[in-house]
Amino acid sequence: MQWETVIGLEIHAQLATRSKIFSASSTQYGAEPNTQANAVDLGMPGVLPVLNREAVHMAIKFALATDAEIGKHNVFARKNYFYPDLPKGYQISQMSLPIVGTGTVTVELDDGEIKEVGLTRAHLEEDAGKSVHEEFHDATGVDLNRAGTPLLEIVSEPDMRSAKEAVAYARKIHSLVRYIEICDGNMQEGSFRCDANVSIRPVGQEELGTRSEIKNVNSFRFLERAINFEVERQIDILEGGGEVVQETRLYDADNDETRSMRSKEEANDYRYFPDPDLLPVQIEDELIESLRSGMPELPDVRRKRFIADFELSEYDAGVMTADRRTADYFETVLDKSGASAKLACSWISGELFSRLNKDGVELVDSPVDAARFSGLVARIHDNTISGKIGKDILDKMWAGDDDVDAIIDKEGLRQISDTSEIEKMIDDVIAANPDQLAEYRSGKDKLLAYFVGQVMKASRGKANPGQLNKLLQEKLKA
Amino acid sequence: MHKLTLAAMQRSLESGEFSSVELCQYLIERTKQHNETLNAFISITEEQALAKAKAADEKRSAGGTLGSLHGLPIAHKDIFCTAGVRTSCGSKMLESFVPPYNATVVEKLDSAGAISLGKTNMDEFAMGSSNENSFFGVVRNPWDTERVPGGSSGGSAAAVGGRLVPACTGTDTGGSIRQPAAFCGITGIKPTYGRVSRYGMIAFASSLDQGGPLAASAEDCAMLLNEMAGFDPRDSTSIDRDSEDYTATLNQPIKGMKIGLPKQYFEAGLDDSIAALLQQAIKELEHLGAEFVDIELRNQHLAVPAYYIVAPAECSSNLARFDGVRYGHRCEDPKDLEDLYKRSRAEGFGREVKRRILVGTYALSAGYYDAFYVKAQKIRSLISQDFSQAFADVDFILGPTTPSPAFKVGEKTSDPVAMYLNDIYTIPANLAGLPGISVPCGDVGGLPVGMQLVGNYFDEARLLNVAHQYQTVTDWHTRIPG
Amino acid sequence: MAVDNKVVEQVAHLARVQISADSVADYATDMSGVLELAAQMDQVDTSSVEPMAHPTHAVQRLRDDVVDEVNQRDAFQAIAPSVENGYYLVPPVIE
Repeated sequence: MQWETVIGLEIHAQLATRSKIFSASSTQYGAEPNTQANAVDLGMPGVLPVLNREAVHMAIKFALATDAEIGKHNVFARKNYFYPDLPKGYQISQMSLPIVGTGTVTVELDDGEIKEVGLTRAHLEEDAGKSVHEEFHDATGVDLNRAGTPLLEIVSEPDMRSAKEAVAYARKIHSLVRYIEICDGNMQEGSFRCDANVSIRPVGQEELGTRSEIKNVNSFRFLERAINFEVERQIDILEGGGEVVQETRLYDADNDETRSMRSKEEANDYRYFPDPDLLPVQIEDELIESLRSGMPELPDVRRKRFIADFELSEYDAGVMTADRRTADYFETVLDKSGASAKLACSWISGELFSRLNKDGVELVDSPVDAARFSGLVARIHDNTISGKIGKDILDKMWAGDDDVDAIIDKEGLRQISDTSEIEKMIDDVIAANPDQLAEYRSGKDKLLAYFVGQVMKASRGKANPGQLNKLLQEKLKA
Repeated sequence: MHKLTLAAMQRSLESGEFSSVELCQYLIERTKQHNETLNAFISITEEQALAKAKAADEKRSAGGTLGSLHGLPIAHKDIFCTAGVRTSCGSKMLESFVPPYNATVVEKLDSAGAISLGKTNMDEFAMGSSNENSFFGVVRNPWDTERVPGGSSGGSAAAVGGRLVPACTGTDTGGSIRQPAAFCGITGIKPTYGRVSRYGMIAFASSLDQGGPLAASAEDCAMLLNEMAGFDPRDSTSIDRDSEDYTATLNQPIKGMKIGLPKQYFEAGLDDSIAALLQQAIKELEHLGAEFVDIELRNQHLAVPAYYIVAPAECSSNLARFDGVRYGHRCEDPKDLEDLYKRSRAEGFGREVKRRILVGTYALSAGYYDAFYVKAQKIRSLISQDFSQAFADVDFILGPTTPSPAFKVGEKTSDPVAMYLNDIYTIPANLAGLPGISVPCGDVGGLPVGMQLVGNYFDEARLLNVAHQYQTVTDWHTRIPG
Repeated sequence: MAVDNKVVEQVAHLARVQISADSVADYATDMSGVLELAAQMDQVDTSSVEPMAHPTHAVQRLRDDVVDEVNQRDAFQAIAPSVENGYYLVPPVIE
């Protein structure tokens, strides 16, 4: 039988607010256990939640970025269940009236195919704390620093048909939330988490199969593997005459498999009801408009502009708009250096990125910021230095604070474009190599490279390579 | 000294007739003496109180501006968190819980200069109408110790009724200020929902809970409410509204005020002798110039049924945080997580609390949510609409606070529903969020009876005004148990 | 609306409250009584009535995104039943 895979994703994006969604505690990652959990986060008796404005704004920005409906009257509800990392015995979330309604995300697949993935909704909720199992003998430790961190849970329609599509969609959301700066996207630290609902059905069948929910996937690579494993597992069950059980499964990266969470015999009954401690959130049109006007140009729009206005290739435009900082960096360099888009792009994607990669540094923390980098590109563009010398200079800029002109002057690296000066060097080299000259003139054309090398050496790499070539050929023929 | 009202004590402190230390010392001694029978206090904070009284006296003699309650003794219902002082909420669950933070109400009264003598007894987590549901024992009615003081603010009402303290804080979710005030012959006001901050007040049913004062007179209540009321950014349901001086309008004439008498409040179920006392009170108010009209509150009979779904539903969720993990009672040697939860909660909560948790959990669970919880919220709408219609024509609504005077200890404990029906006149105001006041209006066989006035939203000042005017021509509120 | 022992046990499990075997029947009786009282609500047709979750018709106020808390772990953990190295301890939870 031919099977079709059906995947929907639930993405939990931690919003990049300074304080928690309902309290004034810090959301900073990595603090000592329970040092960033105040009375509200700990669910102490009598304390009350007050909603963080920034979290609301960020959710609206997400809606604007995905062209989704905005829940102008949205309501917080309590999801009741007991767990040690859930201090109040309920999670404040949204149920029937979320802040973000239906929307669409356009995803470009590896083969260039464009796919539309429907967004079901996105809602605000509070994160839970963390349980630590390894550190204690015969006990579990609970750290509530994370409790109350704002989350935007982004729920997709079951529109994806392969692990690759699911990953492409997840990457797209990942890039979008970083682009509009509502989430730092750090998957290792759990700022961006994906749960996948996976089911299969015979090709042509309308009705969905029974799904399992895969949790605990903390990289795109694992997401792909976990889905593929799960699809194979479900095919094996169905082809063996069995039935898929609706359950939650954890992905185990070490063994590359999913396994059933020892779920309770009972189905969960979360007893959602409107949280009486919080009032309905009313979102006015003026707020939406003011947030809209502050929205950055979205990656898809920007990519198209880069292609149309700067004549970048589809590929280069994609690289330059992969995230907002890269695109901003690129536009700054382009603007300040006066160089062509092609030159700016190749220096950023080549020399700059390779150095960042090597040092494991993010673009924001680059030792050479966009302004200094523009200087370098400008000097290459105006032929003050050659590309080769440019690379050496970039190394020096990387290690120190000098800008490109200071290094050129200090080291005398200015490209020699003065014809008479180059001619003099050529004459000297020809005079010093009578044998090679004779061989060249007798037809050994390959020796041209030898002469170029000798003159370049004499100029200590500074001779303008174009000019040198032209002048040398004239002199050798003479 | 204990017979003085809060206002009279203030005058004496100002004139130097006695000091705050003398007053507090005297009342603490009196409290210790009577608490053995009344059991009105869970904790008496003698040391802190006397230290504060001493500081208050010093500050007074040093001159300068003093808070409006400077040096005056009060007590807090043990539902308000008090930093460094055990806050039990009448429960074994919080038997040794000492919060590191103050409720907003506690902070506000503290900064107004009031001195807390201790924490008063209450029904566990404010669930009860008789104060028989406290882990710290039954509270006795100072008028007849065989009888209950009402609940859930029974300790506060008994403490004021027995003149151990002149005024106390309380909370009212379904009548928990007004009903015990009526049973103990004192005055108690439940403000409009959102007028007094709920921050640090341990939640029973968040959409109904409201803090307020209990004192001998409307004037004393106004003094306390002046400091308790006000916007609090830490409570999302707190209303951002200018504060008022509730004492400023107490003496305004009430001539021409229109008071509605709901047919439904004077029907079957009301004790005849209470009905007769209310007729007397109506006459007094008529003499003061008030006009009476008959009104209808059609859905009032559904208030108790709706309340006993809404309140337990919210309570089942609010009390989930008491899980034995971060504070509160934890069972011995839990064998696993589930055992930890189930035994800690079974041991920490009393019978009535567990009953309501179960009912509330049921009402919210899949398959019953619409039939119970949503239905109750819809009934709540109807009850609220009834009031809005009534307030289009009248300024206040008058009726009894309770269907009967204080009943005997143990009389209703075996039948929860019979106990619940005690709140029949007080619950509607909570469902709608309206302010209500109970004022003593007579006695039946030596037991005090309360008259209830319900006002429109934020009409506390006028409620207190009417109550005060009534108290200028009657002396029920000045009577003290023998 | 009678509640049987099984329902009491299910609800008690959801609410994580242990109910001893000899008191289950009492709770069933009590719950049935309350639900019977609640059933009076069915006297009124509410199909066109909006449910009311809050007594006032205000909307949610929003807080500025400001961190305004100092670490009070010691104070909070002084009243905790079981802590170690800054963590709250519970019996082992296996995932």
